[in-house]
Amino acid sequence: MTLTFEDFPPGPFGSFGPRHVTREEIVTFAAEYDPQPMHLDEKAANESMLQGLSGSGWHLASVMMRMMFDGFIGRAASLGSPGVNELRWLAPLRPGDDLMLDVEVTEARLSKSRPDTGIVTFKAIARNAAGQALCEMVSPIIIGRRDGAGAS
Amino acid sequence: MRFFEDMTVGERSEFGSFTFTADEIKRFARQYDPQRFHLSEEEGRNSLFGGLAASGWHVACVCMRLLVLDTQRGDQEAIARGEKVGVGGPSPGFRELRWIKPVLAGDTITYARVIETARTSDSRPEWGIVQLRNTGTNQRGELVFSFLATGFIPRRGAGG
Repeated sequence: MTLTFEDFPPGPFGSFGPRHVTREEIVTFAAEYDPQPMHLDEKAANESMLQGLSGSGWHLASVMMRMMFDGFIGRAASLGSPGVNELRWLAPLRPGDDLMLDVEVTEARLSKSRPDTGIVTFKAIARNAAGQALCEMVSPIIIGRRDGAGAS
Repeated sequence: MRFFEDMTVGERSEFGSFTFTADEIKRFARQYDPQRFHLSEEEGRNSLFGGLAASGWHVACVCMRLLVLDTQRGDQEAIARGEKVGVGGPSPGFRELRWIKPVLAGDTITYARVIETARTSDSRPEWGIVQLRNTGTNQRGELVFSFLATGFIPRRGAGG
């Protein structure tokens, strides 16, 4: 069954994962999208402020997107997202991390411009296996309403 | 990277362009955002986007790539002139990221940044804190993407 707007009332939604992140994935992503030495090379990383090889923050955000897709967006009537209200990088992503994603619905409202859709705002927090929060993001997603709802 | 003292509020600079091919759009999407409108031309046409659309995260990650390459180019030029370069701190995050219009297969996005605010840090005097509005504009001059990033910028002569 496809998840629709009605399936996302405000409140805790679920925890998704674990998602394992390898050193190879961190380095491959960084080489293409964030080629700073601290994401590519142990020696440079050990001398950096993050003290050891770390994943790009944009890699972590992209992994969070994939975890949300695998967790619920992939079976929801998602029409896309207008943006991200806020994203905070709290601690570095490390090679070998097993991530969990805690997801909460902070707001769910009907769209005025598209009455057959609603806008659901999610807060997602990625944590490592020790439970340390690495990244927190708040982002709205446009989700279709149940068949017939809001049809003019 | 440049030092805090060399940055001026209001200053705008373009730092690169990228053409989003259908292959590139699908390759990123398969790995990180496999929603149907990022994977299939037909699904894209039937979606709100009106065509095969790049994941918004792809648009953002390309922005990061071009920012890093531009900074590295600037550093190399400064070093060649015999100047000192600084090293930035890890970013605490961003706000107000907006995917304003879809980026469709074949679109070329030109990225730019504007320095919106600049202040020194009270708790860490070796750093300046700068807010940059990074934007993406397509080949028709339409603004398609923007976000407000926060960065820690080294101060000149702070011993770093």
